[in-house]
Amino acid sequence: MLAEREADLRRRAWDAAASVVDPEIPVLTVADLGVLREVTLRDDGSVEVAITPTYSGCPAMSTIAFDIAVALERAGFADATVRTVLSPAWTTDWMSEEGRRKLREYGIAPPSPASSRRALFGIQQVQCPQCGSAETELLSEFGSTSCKALWRCRSCREPFDYFKCH
Amino acid sequence: MAAPSIQVSETPLVLYTLRRADDALILGHRLSEWCGHAPMLEEDMALANIALDLLGQARELYGYAAKVEGKGNDEDKLAYLRDVRQYRNLLLAEQPNGDFARTIVRQFVYSAFADLYWRAMMASTDETLSAIAAKSEKESAYHLRHCSEWVVRLGDGTAESHRRAQTAIDDLWAFTGEMFSVDDSERGLIDAGIAVDPTSLRARWLKTITEVVSEATLVLPQNDWMQQGGRIGNHSEHLGHLLSELQSMQRTFPGATW
Repeated sequence: MLAEREADLRRRAWDAAASVVDPEIPVLTVADLGVLREVTLRDDGSVEVAITPTYSGCPAMSTIAFDIAVALERAGFADATVRTVLSPAWTTDWMSEEGRRKLREYGIAPPSPASSRRALFGIQQVQCPQCGSAETELLSEFGSTSCKALWRCRSCREPFDYFKCH
Repeated sequence: MAAPSIQVSETPLVLYTLRRADDALILGHRLSEWCGHAPMLEEDMALANIALDLLGQARELYGYAAKVEGKGNDEDKLAYLRDVRQYRNLLLAEQPNGDFARTIVRQFVYSAFADLYWRAMMASTDETLSAIAAKSEKESAYHLRHCSEWVVRLGDGTAESHRRAQTAIDDLWAFTGEMFSVDDSERGLIDAGIAVDPTSLRARWLKTITEVVSEATLVLPQNDWMQQGGRIGNHSEHLGHLLSELQSMQRTFPGATW
């Protein structure tokens, strides 16, 4: 009974933490991104959440940590702590399929599935999230946030963001 | 009342981590000075993005240095409350931006090193440094690619851009040797597998930059004399001016938050 209750509590805590969205890309939750690593229930009933930073300087991380604490508070878990774990280092490979689909629908081309150096520096084939054309070109390696590059579609002529491999 | 400087107990690991944190902070701060002034919008964003990556690396390294030191310091105190002579960054990082070519060449020679360095540091026996390396390695690879393209464009561009790029290489060359320097305090860490021996990276670094510089129709100086001192706090006049701006808020209003 107790184990069941604990599992239920833990699931509720996970769901609350997992509902938090990226402040820059509000269609993605921290679970979609793979930023949410672990939710543990401590003996005193308080919750500890482990998140992993995406890019070293990503300014969204502190907002995400704060939002998770607030979401847990709303779900009835007071005094939750959010811990940042560096190892293993986050990679775009952890982004869920669901997350990639949501990104595309939002107008951002999702990262290529392999974050190897070959994927980072090989010939990049990025599909236009607007019209689906593969006829695209890189405009700038660095885009509106540290995780994105700026691309342009040669078919529909629309510029778009590409979530870089990392 | 101005906030006084802190003291740091520089054990070998603390010193080693601080040196890399200072490199990232100071170079990142230099790049941030371009914000709103770059030659074009895309480049303004690129330089600010690279600055942000470096700032992020600095924060993680400072946080770790403070934790290892265990004397109640934190990332903010280490960044804002040390005097110029307590800073341990490479002289290269603090060199003024100059023109766009100089900023690009400075970033290029550093990123070509950082890319190799962080990749090698992923094998560090220190779990935190290895984790920071795994992240920094990918970021540095993007920085290197971006700067390499610019070096080629500037060197193989107009007579004016060529002249400026060549002048930047000639002027900054003497600051590149410090990246490969090792002192006694680092030797022990290298032997323990915590740090990598930077001299083992020099041949590959030279190969990378030689290829790009040649494609850019530029030449590397033959002069081997190298300037050093940043790692032990002997800085050029430029760092003090940089810190007075970087630290002014915390020095004037100690502990200010917003």
